[in-house]
Amino acid sequence: MVFAGVLVTWAIAYECLPSVAPWLTFRVLRLAPHSALGGAVEFFSYEAPKVLLLLVIVVFAVGILRSFFTPERTRRVLAERGSGAGTVLAALLGVATPFCSCSAVPLFIGFVTSGVPLGVTFSFLVSAPMVNEVALVLLFSLFGWKIAALYAGAGLAIAVIAGLAISRLRLESWVEPWVYATSPVLAPSVDVPLTWPDRARLGREAVRDIVGRVWPYVIGGIAIGAVIPGYVPQDFMASVMGRQVWWSVPVAVVVGVPLYSNAAGIIPIVQALLAKGAGLGTVLAFMMSVIALSLPEMVILRKVLTVRLIAVFVAIVASGIMMIGYLFNLVL
Amino acid sequence: MEIKVLGPGCSNCKRLLAETEKALKQLAQPATLVKVESIEEIARHGVLRTPALVIDGRVVMSGRVPAAAEIAAMINTAATPEIPTQVADRRGR
Repeated sequence: MVFAGVLVTWAIAYECLPSVAPWLTFRVLRLAPHSALGGAVEFFSYEAPKVLLLLVIVVFAVGILRSFFTPERTRRVLAERGSGAGTVLAALLGVATPFCSCSAVPLFIGFVTSGVPLGVTFSFLVSAPMVNEVALVLLFSLFGWKIAALYAGAGLAIAVIAGLAISRLRLESWVEPWVYATSPVLAPSVDVPLTWPDRARLGREAVRDIVGRVWPYVIGGIAIGAVIPGYVPQDFMASVMGRQVWWSVPVAVVVGVPLYSNAAGIIPIVQALLAKGAGLGTVLAFMMSVIALSLPEMVILRKVLTVRLIAVFVAIVASGIMMIGYLFNLVL
Repeated sequence: MEIKVLGPGCSNCKRLLAETEKALKQLAQPATLVKVESIEEIARHGVLRTPALVIDGRVVMSGRVPAAAEIAAMINTAATPEIPTQVADRRGR
């Protein structure tokens, strides 16, 4: 009953938004309709609540969906498969299984010592942070469902390519030796049977945890995204990030590597860059590079991977992202 | 009773430690509380998600930060000695 009431309230709020934003900007605050400030405030007062509303409902729904997947179950499924199909399955499961980047190392060790092939594990580790619901919600909200779907597809493709490449290169010996020496202790299954109220609670916890952590970045990013169109000269970006500039894609990827941001902060900025003439492929490549290749995660993974392996991993993922960037610039 | 909080140091792990301390205070249960940050030792417990809670060597929870009340319930369950149950083997080998 309460749940139905919440849903209805949410739907009403969402439907009202397109009319509230201009009303607030032009009637209440009396800003001039075509001014830079007016445009910025209208954009912000529409997008910020819209994205937050979407985030709340999607994170809740995904939180419930995720309660059906546990890393322990994923590991069991992947350990029984060979490399080929397993790599694709791992990329898909990376999206569905709950994952936090602080768990990357225990998860890596747990997978690898239980017989999950190295390439399959990497496929999982690439898709999990990159194809996440926050990124997809933001992309959908700011660019529409087609771009969101393309991003998801590209992310999965890169995960699979990276996984297959690493398994072909047979780089198992480039994992830190002590990892394989850890005897596989399968922790007694903490898979407690969950009731629907349990799952709803997990959904609410996910909202409190994820949206609670991410909303300052969303607000900040949308604020920056609101300001850029009015205050940065049109087509400024085209000279640096436009599709005609052949080196814009590699530069975007390289610039993205040391940058560390979650999807929430970077996507609204990306939207403004796009409006200013940056090529779509360049912009998506930049985004993927920031999210998938984060320096802090590399530092954490250094505990279990040799520098050589990290370098190969970064090179493969970066190349994949660059290919996708060029492809999108050409096709779209 | 020995309670270990496993986590490499992210904010969730610190919250789990705080909630566990709260639970122990509520229960007045004598226990040693240890925070384990070493990746090797965390991996040896076989957990795939941090933070994790280990009571007397058994992993009771991993991957979330339950409220102090829920942790207290887990501690209570662990503290209660198990009553051995007779399971009749009806398969008659």
